[in-house]
Amino acid sequence: MFEPKIVCFLCKWCTYAGADLAGTSRLEYAPNGVNIRFMCSSRLDPEHILWAFQRGADGVFVGGCHPGDCHYQDGNYKTLRRMELFRRVLKQFGLNDRRLRLEWVSAAEGKRFAEVMDEFTEQVRALGPLQLGSGKGGQHVGSAKKSS
Amino acid sequence: MKRIGVFVCHCGINIAATVDVEKVVEEVRRYPGVAHAEHYQYMCSDPGQKLVQEAIDKHKLDGVIVAACSPTLHEVTFRRASENAGLNPYQCEIANIREQCSWVHADRGAATRKAIRIIESLVEKVKYDESLTPLSVPLTKRAMVVGGGVAGIQAALDVANSGYEVLLVEKQPSIGGHMAQLSETFPTLDCSQCILTPKMVEAGQHKNIRLLTYSEVEEISGYVGNFTVKIRKKAAYVNWDACTGCGVCTEKCPKKVDSEFNCNMGSRGAIYTMFPQAVPNYPVIDRDNCLYFTKGRCRICEKVCDLKAIDYEQKDEVVEEQVGAIVVATGYDTLPLDQLGEYGYGKLPDVIDGMAFERLLSASGPTGGEIRRPSDGKVPKEIVFVQCAGSRDPEKHLPYCSKICCMYTAKHALLYKHRVHDGQPYVFYIDVRTGGKSYEEFYHRVSEEEGVVYIRGKVSRVFQDGDQLIVWGVDTLTGKKVEIAADLVVLATGMIPSAGSQALFSTLKLASDENGFLSEAHPKLRPVESIQAGFYLAGAAQGPRDIPETVAQASGAASKVIALFSQEKLFHEPIVACVDEDLCSGCKVCISACPYDAREFDEKEGIVRVNELLCEGCGACVVSCPSGATQQKNLTDEQIREMVKASLGE
Repeated sequence: MFEPKIVCFLCKWCTYAGADLAGTSRLEYAPNGVNIRFMCSSRLDPEHILWAFQRGADGVFVGGCHPGDCHYQDGNYKTLRRMELFRRVLKQFGLNDRRLRLEWVSAAEGKRFAEVMDEFTEQVRALGPLQLGSGKGGQHVGSAKKSS
Repeated sequence: MKRIGVFVCHCGINIAATVDVEKVVEEVRRYPGVAHAEHYQYMCSDPGQKLVQEAIDKHKLDGVIVAACSPTLHEVTFRRASENAGLNPYQCEIANIREQCSWVHADRGAATRKAIRIIESLVEKVKYDESLTPLSVPLTKRAMVVGGGVAGIQAALDVANSGYEVLLVEKQPSIGGHMAQLSETFPTLDCSQCILTPKMVEAGQHKNIRLLTYSEVEEISGYVGNFTVKIRKKAAYVNWDACTGCGVCTEKCPKKVDSEFNCNMGSRGAIYTMFPQAVPNYPVIDRDNCLYFTKGRCRICEKVCDLKAIDYEQKDEVVEEQVGAIVVATGYDTLPLDQLGEYGYGKLPDVIDGMAFERLLSASGPTGGEIRRPSDGKVPKEIVFVQCAGSRDPEKHLPYCSKICCMYTAKHALLYKHRVHDGQPYVFYIDVRTGGKSYEEFYHRVSEEEGVVYIRGKVSRVFQDGDQLIVWGVDTLTGKKVEIAADLVVLATGMIPSAGSQALFSTLKLASDENGFLSEAHPKLRPVESIQAGFYLAGAAQGPRDIPETVAQASGAASKVIALFSQEKLFHEPIVACVDEDLCSGCKVCISACPYDAREFDEKEGIVRVNELLCEGCGACVVSCPSGATQQKNLTDEQIREMVKASLGE
């Protein structure tokens, strides 16, 4: 069976803590995602998502606090706007935007984190391998801005 | 290139049972940049920490990764250990291979592979981590306590007695909270008001406590040690500086309104004080019910006030205050009856909740302490108490146990029996939970010596039949249906977060759980702190609890505040944004992205600078910067790119 590779960008205050709660509660879920901890989901540059796809990710998950709950006042709204715009770019690149998922998961929602991980893993599994990193149609996904 | 050491913890079997730690070590040892790797049973133990420290020295490590539990638990431990071994603490990172790996995956192969990727992505992070020094910031040694119930009062008194100023903010006109409404308290049967009012008076008169009643927190900014809060003092339409609380206005007011304090069973005027022992003991005008405000005529209160304290033109006032720490003690309400269809949706006048029964029992209540039912004032001879009304019912109502209802029902039944000797109390219960000092003994006294009939089972329906209430239930011990014709039904409703608390938590950016109660930083080990630095939790705002626990927690929260204030300066995380001055074009986009006004435009140089003390390190500005001039320290784009790569095993 195809095991998708997923990169998860999680905000420290809500979704990362929710993922920790899933652990403390011993909730089993698909092991496909590797979490990268940000202070806030608003640290996420759409470019980071492109890098992930370029480097072989089949799916990218972004987790932040529920609207109104952002530790930094409104970082998650910034993320929401950026993601919505970026989805259009993704589609222009010919990428199925179902490979990108944004979810609000609070620190109390361990169960939801586990469910969403399972669900998203299955969603990406159904879409199949992206294989951008392998050179199959991946070359045109260049750096969106900065050279660094 | 940096020399990085990786230390993999077994955590007993917590990690080692699912993750093959030996294989992990073997793999990561080969990863570029890793100079040393080993595993150990309990890395957080003294020998474990020593092992890390010795390796730093022996292998000349300049970066450390401890692969263990969540960084929320031991990041501090290992950063301190690294620091003691001469390494900058920000050169140490935690790879979370327990909560986010071994505990959530069953397949050993997959979990091991994932653990390796987690560690390798952190190796990439550490490669680029800078040595940082925490920024020191001044501290305002003044606390704000939100909520003036017994929790807030206790916390305020404890902090104030340590010599620090406290603002005690309460939305009602008086402090006291729900405890002021109670008659006696279980299991000692102390009169609630008699033990509370001395504390209320002490808080009201304390030289270090400023009461801001009839006030609500509207806005907050800043961070631990340096908060700026805006508090709305609602217009009381009475000049409290002039008022002496003589009470003439409240007596002469012609309007009668249901008294919220008496659970709508008695009445109050449109100008009123909440209860006789209110602190401060000044009245407020309820604008929505005042004849002058609604109909434009009356002004009787103004006429009878010799001190000219009535001021119909008074406006809300917003005050701005600086505080260093905040205790949130916003308390609870009980589940509203109108949600309980099986008990008549709150429409049957003689189906009341436990709080209303407290008021019937109270000497200062609407009946002067005589138990008379609301509909016709008759003394009830048959009374049914229903425990778990809406509690432990995940499908329809509250999934949780409110902890106090078993005990307050036992107390109610006992007090009823002591006042109505020929009356018969029945208690329907699912279980009787009596966890607390002398609680079980009290329950035994009530159920065995006082003639109270306990029926194990639930009530399915309550309906009116003539002047009586028919209670249908089941006795699950005998398996028989039970029908009781009662004069009064008292529902032991559970606790919910107080009205409006959710909006306040949002304003304060405090996380709450799925039931709306405040989340603590750690359920076992940091129960009086919020994960948000500078916020402390007290009382039922955090979850259902009784008075002794509330008071203990309030003192705990206060001691945390005092410990914070005992420091001369605070340290601020140095994971802040920085600007590459050569790349910055001065476009100012970052200024609008910053929620903390931490960015300033330098007119002379034409670039934007970061005020590191104001920067909270969210990173939103980094993304907004079109030229790549802004980065976040120790979470640069370069680091993220390499972490992403490593997490994919590339």
